Amino acid sequence: IRSMALCQRALATEASGVTFPLTFSNPYKAIHHNSPVKQVDIPSTTGHFGILPNHVPTIAILVPGVVAIHTESGDVHKYFVSSGTATIHADASVQILAEEICEASDIDVTAARAGLEAAQSKLTAASLESDKAIAQIEIDVYQSMIATA
Amino acid sequence: AVVSTQSGHYGRGGMATLKDIEMRLKSVKNMKKITSSMKMVSAAKFARAERALKPARAYGTGAASLYEKNDFDTSGKDSVLLALSSDRGLCGGIHSNVGKMVKAAHAETPITKAIIVGDKAKAILVKVIGDTFLSCFNNVGKKPTSFTDALDIAEEVLSHDYDTINIVYSKFKNIVSYNTEEKPVPSLESVESNAAIYVYDEVDSEVLRCYQEFTLANIIYHSMKECEASEQSSRMSAMENATKNAGEKIDALTLQYNRTRQAVITRELIEIISGASALE
Repeated sequence: IRSMALCQRALATEASGVTFPLTFSNPYKAIHHNSPVKQVDIPSTTGHFGILPNHVPTIAILVPGVVAIHTESGDVHKYFVSSGTATIHADASVQILAEEICEASDIDVTAARAGLEAAQSKLTAASLESDKAIAQIEIDVYQSMIATA
Repeated sequence: AVVSTQSGHYGRGGMATLKDIEMRLKSVKNMKKITSSMKMVSAAKFARAERALKPARAYGTGAASLYEKNDFDTSGKDSVLLALSSDRGLCGGIHSNVGKMVKAAHAETPITKAIIVGDKAKAILVKVIGDTFLSCFNNVGKKPTSFTDALDIAEEVLSHDYDTINIVYSKFKNIVSYNTEEKPVPSLESVESNAAIYVYDEVDSEVLRCYQEFTLANIIYHSMKECEASEQSSRMSAMENATKNAGEKIDALTLQYNRTRQAVITRELIEIISGASALE
């Protein structure tokens, strides 16, 4: 149902070029504060989806992955986020808050690969369920980081 | 040196001796050095806190936007008070204003549960609402607040049942002023029971629970950053005033010292001269 509504909206607003105010921030750095952007793609627990102007109001939880912001000028900026929340309000404003944000260009692939190997060995060595879950989360994060870079 | 030992003789009758004034002068000069250096340290910490406050505000207002754009019930009877202060004093009225606001709120509706952050607020409030303390946090104020600190506090808050949290904190206005404010945050139950939340698409209990937890930590983080900036700027002006007062006191004491010194010399001259004229 959501994808249908998105398609309708995509068809409707593609031509109009309307923007919406985006706040994209972590506790230490606000990358955008009510800046007008055209589109944002976010990785959420219910899947990867894109936000266009006047998206239906939604609350989503972010999973580690890539946030892609399409600015007014047409550039696409990619950021890797750790986790957080995304809120889309009825007045079309969007707040994406993440605990850690890093620019895709800043990702060190070698370090990420090393981390992935360490996490994989941790998973095989883990005995407790909670340790296994933590190791699995680390593996997911490193894999998405490597995919982003 | 000769003058000061002889001045002890003139200490009777309540007049300050030269030695007394000298000691006071020395201690006030030391005090001025200390308050002046404290002011400079606060100024540096304030610059850092103000810089950190800017993104924290964007982050915190973004987090609270859900509650601002929708009217969730925050008048719940079962509320938890979260008082934010720090461990260190000499910052003007920061801690006492938080205490005042809490006492006023307690007089209106008795507080039943409280979580206190900072030893100063704890000391002020323990006599009034000490039996309602669920837990206290200290080690606040030495280093800048990090998001992990806010997470720890949020975790503690969420481990209790409540309808609303009332956060009492010092909101930074500008370098010379701050406002002590009370910010209510609705609980998961308050939000779930309000029809307004279902305007939002794809909202299920699990998503809402994670969202509420994260948002609470964000709001606490923002409030703590406001407190930090308010406290450092308040300490800066308190130390500036103390330094200015110490400077004025030094001037007054120096004048008094010189006058006393001259009076002692005059008296000795009179003694010598009258002694000499008596011999003739």
